[in-house]
Amino acid sequence: MRLDTLTNSIGEWLRGTGPDSDIVMSSRVRLARNLAQFPFVSRATEQDRADTERVLRERIAAVPVGRELDYIDVGHLAEIDRRFLVERQLISREHADAQGARGVAIDRLEQVSLMINEEDHLRIQCMHSGLDLHGAWEQIKVVDDQIERVVSYAFHPRWGYLTACPTNVGTGIRVSVMLHLPALVITRQIDKVFRSLHKISLAVRGLYGEGSQAMGDFYQISNQTTLGRTEDELVQQVADVVPVLIDYERRARDFLVRETQQNVHDQVSRAYGILRTAQTISNEETMQLLSRVRMGVLLGLIGDVKLSDINSLLIRTQPAHLQKLRGGDEDSSDDIERARYLRHHFEGGDSQSRASAN
Amino acid sequence: MKCQQCDNPAVFHITELEAGNVREVHLCEEHARVYLNQSEGGEGGDSGDPGAGEGKGSKGGTLAGSLGVGQTAEDLAILDKRCCDMCGITFFEFRNQGRLGCPHDYLQFEKELDPLIANIHGATEHTGRRPSRPVPAGAGDAGSGTDGLTAIIGLRRGMKEAISREDYESAKDARDAIRAIEDAWMPPAAKAGEENA
Ligand SMILES: [Zn+2]
Ligand SMILES: [Zn+2]
Repeated sequence: MRLDTLTNSIGEWLRGTGPDSDIVMSSRVRLARNLAQFPFVSRATEQDRADTERVLRERIAAVPVGRELDYIDVGHLAEIDRRFLVERQLISREHADAQGARGVAIDRLEQVSLMINEEDHLRIQCMHSGLDLHGAWEQIKVVDDQIERVVSYAFHPRWGYLTACPTNVGTGIRVSVMLHLPALVITRQIDKVFRSLHKISLAVRGLYGEGSQAMGDFYQISNQTTLGRTEDELVQQVADVVPVLIDYERRARDFLVRETQQNVHDQVSRAYGILRTAQTISNEETMQLLSRVRMGVLLGLIGDVKLSDINSLLIRTQPAHLQKLRGGDEDSSDDIERARYLRHHFEGGDSQSRASAN
Repeated sequence: MKCQQCDNPAVFHITELEAGNVREVHLCEEHARVYLNQSEGGEGGDSGDPGAGEGKGSKGGTLAGSLGVGQTAEDLAILDKRCCDMCGITFFEFRNQGRLGCPHDYLQFEKELDPLIANIHGATEHTGRRPSRPVPAGAGDAGSGTDGLTAIIGLRRGMKEAISREDYESAKDARDAIRAIEDAWMPPAAKAGEENA
């Protein structure tokens, strides 16, 4: 099974390179598409879903989308494997928890993923490391065009691409960046910044946390409207605001180093210390501490840790990843296992950490 | 996805529109009932519900208002019973779930969706990319996009109903109509692919 090969690698978007990757973790573009001849997923019968899945799977396999794709039958996947794909951001929680025929096609670098029978028949996603919205958009255009040669997407001249929810109609595009903003959180400027984003109709969401609660100072910024503007304009809308946020965060980091050097160094060192020595640790605390260590690495306060390592740990310390990494051992709890994994990792004897650094 | 008010799975996904903002509400069946009751200006005023105490019709009211219908319950009740000719979804079901049933709904409920979409997006006209392949010649009116192909959804439903009442003549007619539409709409590249397969 290909999932096991994924366990020992990390997605390209986590490698911690690319423009402004000290602050921008990843750039993502997704398109919502539906086949004209089937009801939307929530209204579809079991047979409709199976037919939609088959038509899309077969036709996608028949066209070159610029990448070799592997298809995973999510409908027949064990729960832990579905959660594993969610943690890697290859499928959504909704897709994992849904019923009936559904699947995802992904490429080896985990940059491209095509979810079949999510809320819409097809959700195409391209994810790039660092700030690279235009790269992700150029890539997804190719995928969309190729598939469009062999299917009839539901389309109306005035409404554009027709989607299950009117909030996605038109371009069906969602453009987003995942940002790491610890200094804005520490200096308590984050709410002010986000209030100004809402005014220009961009959405802000915490990452990893259930609901809107942010975990580990990671935030996702995305466009809210999809109709009335071109895809290029919507990509640019998000692209325009990112440099502003980067600038705020950099200034906040400078301020912390300049004004509270000792304090910050202490916080970062303690975080690193706990991660290396804890005997039991929750997912939430791990995120929070990794976030602080990540900032410490970027501020030059911690020397011997690589950015790609921290990025990879953010994913690998999630519950399904831990469970897959430890294999059959069901005896210890997640929190104990997580602490053991972190200790082992930071001792430097971890072959997987070397593999992940490529 | 979990209910926003308890640990049960959310089965109702409601899209709320307030002052130009879209808010999605995800609730279990029980909480959805309380929520919707309250939205219609009903008795449900339990504390702890979203928007409790905002006054009568503060939720359903904004939706109905942006739907361009009168504020009366009767108007809404009539609208709620309307359904899509193709997939059969009622407007009530759409309002509850915040999800449409099929692409034809955009035409069937055009008048009602127009103000709703204007409210969400601040626009009602797509200006982005378009499929490069237009509606196939003879397959339908280009002005209604792919609606000619979506007609299959209604035919499929009709065929099933005909079979269940053992009206095989009608079922066969529906099947032939479906095949004719499928043939007319099959993208050339897909056709080539299937013939090679
Ligand atoms: Zn509930
Ligand atoms: Zn319909």
